[in-house]
Amino acid sequence: MELQLESIRKVVGGQVYLYEMSLALKPGLNVLLGPTTAGKTTLMRLMAGLEQPTSGRILLDGQDVTRLPVKKRNVAFVYQQFINYPNLTVFENIASPLRIRGGLSKTALRERVEATARMMRIHDLLDRLPAALSGGQQQRTAIARALVKETGLLLMDEPLVNLDYKLREELRIEMQNIFDSRDAIVVYSTTEPVEALMLGGTVFVLDQGRLLQSGPVLEVYHHPDTQRVGEIFSDPPMNLLDARLEEGQLRLADGQRFPATSHMAGLLPGAYRIGVRPNHVTTAPTGPSSVAVPGVVELAEISGSETFLHTATAPGPDGSPGKLVAQLEGVHRFELGQPTTLYMDPDQLYLFDMEGKLAAAPERIWEEAV
Amino acid sequence: MTDRRRWTNALIMVLYFILLMLPIYWMLNMSFKTNEEILGTFSLWPRNPTLANYRTIFTDPAWYSGYINSITYTSMNTVMSVAIALPAAYAFSRYNFLGDNHLFFWLLTNRMAPAAVFLLPFFQLYQNIGLYDTHLAVALAHLLFNVPLSVWILEGFMSGVPKEIDETAAIDGYSFPRFFFRIFIPLIRSGIGVTAFFAFMFSWVELLLARTLTSVNAKPIAATMTRTVSASGMDWGLLAAAGVLTIIPGALVIYFVRNYIAKGFALGRV
Repeated sequence: MELQLESIRKVVGGQVYLYEMSLALKPGLNVLLGPTTAGKTTLMRLMAGLEQPTSGRILLDGQDVTRLPVKKRNVAFVYQQFINYPNLTVFENIASPLRIRGGLSKTALRERVEATARMMRIHDLLDRLPAALSGGQQQRTAIARALVKETGLLLMDEPLVNLDYKLREELRIEMQNIFDSRDAIVVYSTTEPVEALMLGGTVFVLDQGRLLQSGPVLEVYHHPDTQRVGEIFSDPPMNLLDARLEEGQLRLADGQRFPATSHMAGLLPGAYRIGVRPNHVTTAPTGPSSVAVPGVVELAEISGSETFLHTATAPGPDGSPGKLVAQLEGVHRFELGQPTTLYMDPDQLYLFDMEGKLAAAPERIWEEAV
Repeated sequence: MTDRRRWTNALIMVLYFILLMLPIYWMLNMSFKTNEEILGTFSLWPRNPTLANYRTIFTDPAWYSGYINSITYTSMNTVMSVAIALPAAYAFSRYNFLGDNHLFFWLLTNRMAPAAVFLLPFFQLYQNIGLYDTHLAVALAHLLFNVPLSVWILEGFMSGVPKEIDETAAIDGYSFPRFFFRIFIPLIRSGIGVTAFFAFMFSWVELLLARTLTSVNAKPIAATMTRTVSASGMDWGLLAAAGVLTIIPGALVIYFVRNYIAKGFALGRV
């Protein structure tokens, strides 16, 4: 089973929703990663057949399904909003696609519905109406309805985004097991890099209607083709610092220099942009070669068991304010306006050229915690 | 809230209620009186209550056929309005097509013209095609006002149902009619109730078209009521009794759709 999108494009009322792109999806998990308005939903609607591309073809196992109406396709779709039939019970909601398709005996249907409900842990709620369920249970019902059909193509458009944190973690793990256990093309869209990393599989990075990069999740994470992919695939976004490479040394905006490391070898001298992930910025030197960046605390956000420290650093060559964000383990207190020094390890720096293309990526550190 | 405030509030409500109910009470009062009592004395309740006025209405075919006619064309109109407005409202709520907003507005402008404007063309047309003095004639004429209103109300309710439900049904493999009747209509039940109510009420109280387009066979009750003006003067008691009976169907309809209307006011467009 393979889903191919051949040079598809989508334009609505003169506005380009998707620029021409081609992609091939294989059974297993395919994650669409991108910020809002990246075109994830549009792309999934095209895959489902809810909308037709302005140009291009969609092939399923080599067969052209571009114009095939959605009800003739074998797909399932889970929306970001909790969409169920409000007038049908949970049981009838889940049973609905099976009933339409027909061909199942009453007991077989009941068994299928109950098995799926048990998998989503809503088997005690089968007699209720969706309105009598919590948000999480409603979304489980919607997911159960999508799973019960056992389709070859399962599309999930940010299915967990409207749920609270705890439930999200729980459901994500459950769904991962379900995805692993079936031989279907699962397409899962998300705005969160962490979610993409946790789910694994193949990732397609989208931005402003363009497909920026695709490949195995970790490969894309460690080797972003462009600065933009690095920014999207990092939360908080990757820090970017202006620098010049001269005589084997990198010079930062504040004038300090440090030797370029081995992965930057062979680069032509000139202006570059250093990319460093916030989780690689520390409050203490990690080694003898650590680069110290002095700054002033602008904001310290505490999120869960982590602290995001935003500092203002020396302005760039064009006068734009410099800033550096560090993602620190644990809860820390910082006074606003307090001078502080952050450190980064030259071994973990990305270099992008001034057009945003990747010039040098750090050696992969596979055991890295994300 | 202090006791005093509560009493003041209650008093205001009672006064308001009396103000609202007084004309209706007076009509009820009159309907149980004889003409002599109505014209001769001032009494707050009937001194010699009589059912003679009601008896006349229920036994004289000239009277009760008026009610039957009114109920017939009103029911026909209500059913037709909802049946025509449902698909139209669905199209307006779900599809974008060239000029959809203009069309929607144009539809509503039909309600802005007074009924008298359409009187002559309807009369002339129905005379020619043999529809004059039939229930269908009045029902069709009232569609001109009720279909736009129904489309407008239903469109509001339908737009409250997420489009994703339609799509989910398509993904699940529902055919359109099956989705529409099994999933969609139950979701806008209250809207249909409210729509039917408004269509019924308009058609029930509309006099001008109903009277002009009928003569004998489909004559509405409101037209019959004007008959009581005769050479011997006005039959006040009979007129009051007819008035009371005219209120009843409306009150019944309100009673049956009251929950829908409450919901409708909260959810939809009314």
